[in-house]
Amino acid sequence: MSSNKKIIRKKDFSLLQRLYLPEIFRGLFTTFLQMFKPKITYQYPEERFHPPASFRGRPVLVEEQGVERCVACGLCSRVCPALAIEVQASETELEKERYPVKFEINMVRCIFCGFCEEVCPEEAIVMSNEFELAFSSQEEAIFGKDKLLTPAEKLKERLEFLKQHR
Amino acid sequence: MAKITLDGNEYDVDHRLTVIQAAREQGVKIPHFCWHPKLSVSGNCRMCLVEIEKMPKLAIACATQVAEGMVVKTQSERVQKARNAVMEFLLINHPLDCPICDEAGECKLQDYTYKYSTGYSRFNEDKVHKPKRIQLGPNVMLDVERCIMCSRCVRFSDEIAKQPVLTFTQRGDHVVLTTFPGTQLDNPYAMNVIELCPVGALTSTDFRFKARVWEMSSTESVCTGCARGCNTNVWVRNNEILRLTPRQNEEVNSYWMCDVGRLQTFKQVNSEKRLSGPLIRKEGVSTGVGWDEAIAKAVAELRLFKKGEIAGLGSAFATNEDNYAFQKFMKEVIGTKHVDFVRHVKEGDQDEFLIRADKTPNTRGAEDVGVKPGEGGFDVDGIIRGIKSGTIKALYVLEDDVGAIPEIASVLSNLELLVVHSSVQNETTAAADVVFSASTYAEKHGTFTNFQGRVQRIRPAVATLEQDRAFDGFSMSRWDRFASHNDRWGRPIKKDARPSWRIISALASAMGGKIKYNTSEDVFRELSEKNPLFKGLSYARIGAQGVMTKSSVTVSVSA
Repeated sequence: MSSNKKIIRKKDFSLLQRLYLPEIFRGLFTTFLQMFKPKITYQYPEERFHPPASFRGRPVLVEEQGVERCVACGLCSRVCPALAIEVQASETELEKERYPVKFEINMVRCIFCGFCEEVCPEEAIVMSNEFELAFSSQEEAIFGKDKLLTPAEKLKERLEFLKQHR
Repeated sequence: MAKITLDGNEYDVDHRLTVIQAAREQGVKIPHFCWHPKLSVSGNCRMCLVEIEKMPKLAIACATQVAEGMVVKTQSERVQKARNAVMEFLLINHPLDCPICDEAGECKLQDYTYKYSTGYSRFNEDKVHKPKRIQLGPNVMLDVERCIMCSRCVRFSDEIAKQPVLTFTQRGDHVVLTTFPGTQLDNPYAMNVIELCPVGALTSTDFRFKARVWEMSSTESVCTGCARGCNTNVWVRNNEILRLTPRQNEEVNSYWMCDVGRLQTFKQVNSEKRLSGPLIRKEGVSTGVGWDEAIAKAVAELRLFKKGEIAGLGSAFATNEDNYAFQKFMKEVIGTKHVDFVRHVKEGDQDEFLIRADKTPNTRGAEDVGVKPGEGGFDVDGIIRGIKSGTIKALYVLEDDVGAIPEIASVLSNLELLVVHSSVQNETTAAADVVFSASTYAEKHGTFTNFQGRVQRIRPAVATLEQDRAFDGFSMSRWDRFASHNDRWGRPIKKDARPSWRIISALASAMGGKIKYNTSEDVFRELSEKNPLFKGLSYARIGAQGVMTKSSVTVSVSA
């Protein structure tokens, strides 16, 4: 791009332009036309948006028969570009040998990129369809296992989506 | 000597070497699982196959001796194809355990899979299943599925630890590593098989599932378990030591260290009994106070006594810097001749390999820097007698739990003043009038002199209240680097402790002495200038492997 290119601006408006009115009516006409198009506004919070399966809401842990699928491998924690996830593993008598004794996602740090879901070898962390996240303190924004564990039945759509597209 | 050609370059190498040794000397890496520089050659993993001209088949580099005119190719197409094939075989029955495997991140099989394998598997059948949680000994856990039968652990137990209890049973893909009936892997060096294991078959019971390796920072340090001073790496996450691993130093410990050193020497750093700051006795009750108040109290109390009424006990647990500052303070500022330190020798608890009877890391160093009675001064026994008879009324103890020794414990109540440096609550701090909370070996810079006279460096791995990992040049994990105060993991517990040389420096200047140090390197610099044994030494010269002091004979030093 050359910087010394001369910029020519029209300084004098024509009469029609100086009148403003034709342009105002043109704008009003566009507004008028919108009234006959389908409505896209939701009457939130009475009316809710139900995102499609491809939507990346807050990440949650998949729970099956009361146990999380997670084996606390820490790959989500490693791949997270925002360092939102902290995992502490411990031993369990179950066949999977280890489980997360602590699993915390700092939702202030989370950028909803979905890398954690992509890297997870157990399909144990998935992006849910929840997007209504409001906190009144930093501390409240740290989600522990209590808030993250979600039964697999509730995540059917997403799990199905992942099966098809991965 | 023999002239060989290695990947097109000619080298003159010792004719007694094998191809893998010769290549290693020249910096050419040949992948291997079962070969280890300190173990006998087994030649069973086949990973080190190389092409040697005029040999009909590929040869294993670990068991082929070099010969004059030998032409070795380590990167030819044939070799690479062979490596692919070996990797494919090894991976056929290797479970996909990486997410739950402690070895992941420092696993040879993982690394080689990235480097030398084809990237996909042709094996669709079920993998062989074997027992996954076998306690081989008190500290070592075995997962047979992960084992690639390299036999390193078997050879280590036979040749280095001299406890031949491991063996393979069965054949083919049914091979199982096991201990002989009625035995277990419980020799004092058993845990070395954990690092030795190229995969995650042998893991530490203590460290099991505590952290992934990439979450920790590692700091070069020295084990404090005995006078050997094995070189170690200290692995820290969230300001907490999670494990120690041996660091190679051919002059001291080679690749090994003992289980006691590995498991017992770091627990005190994370201990519940750590002091939370200085303590002074107020109306008979030990009370937590700030540093200035504790120093003021110690100064005021020490001034009440005559020179000859004060005795000092240095410590073989403290660094050279601490001991040097201590003896200088006692002799020059306080002006007493009664300076010595307690030796902790457990006769009989030693072996021919690494473990020494002297259970302190710095006996030699404490002697060398001059923690010894001045002319006519009392040694430890003399000090005990002095306290008993009342000629010694005040005692200054550096980082040693002398209260746990019956002869000293029985006379402590005779003292009018007891000043103690300690990192944990113990019998000595319970009896003390002033307690300074001292940094542990994992929280400060310094040097230890091992029994050979080798001066070795320790570096801080755990931050105290006054330290910051980034500003103070600590080794940092990704987590340390990006932590903020809003993250729970960014708020580790930090102890309010200071290195002893700093406490002494503050005390000395409060008493009008001419001791002023800003860093432990200042102390060491002065030590190297004044003490002929340390002449010419510096932190830079000590480096990662340590240096010997000037003379192996103890020279009397007036410091």
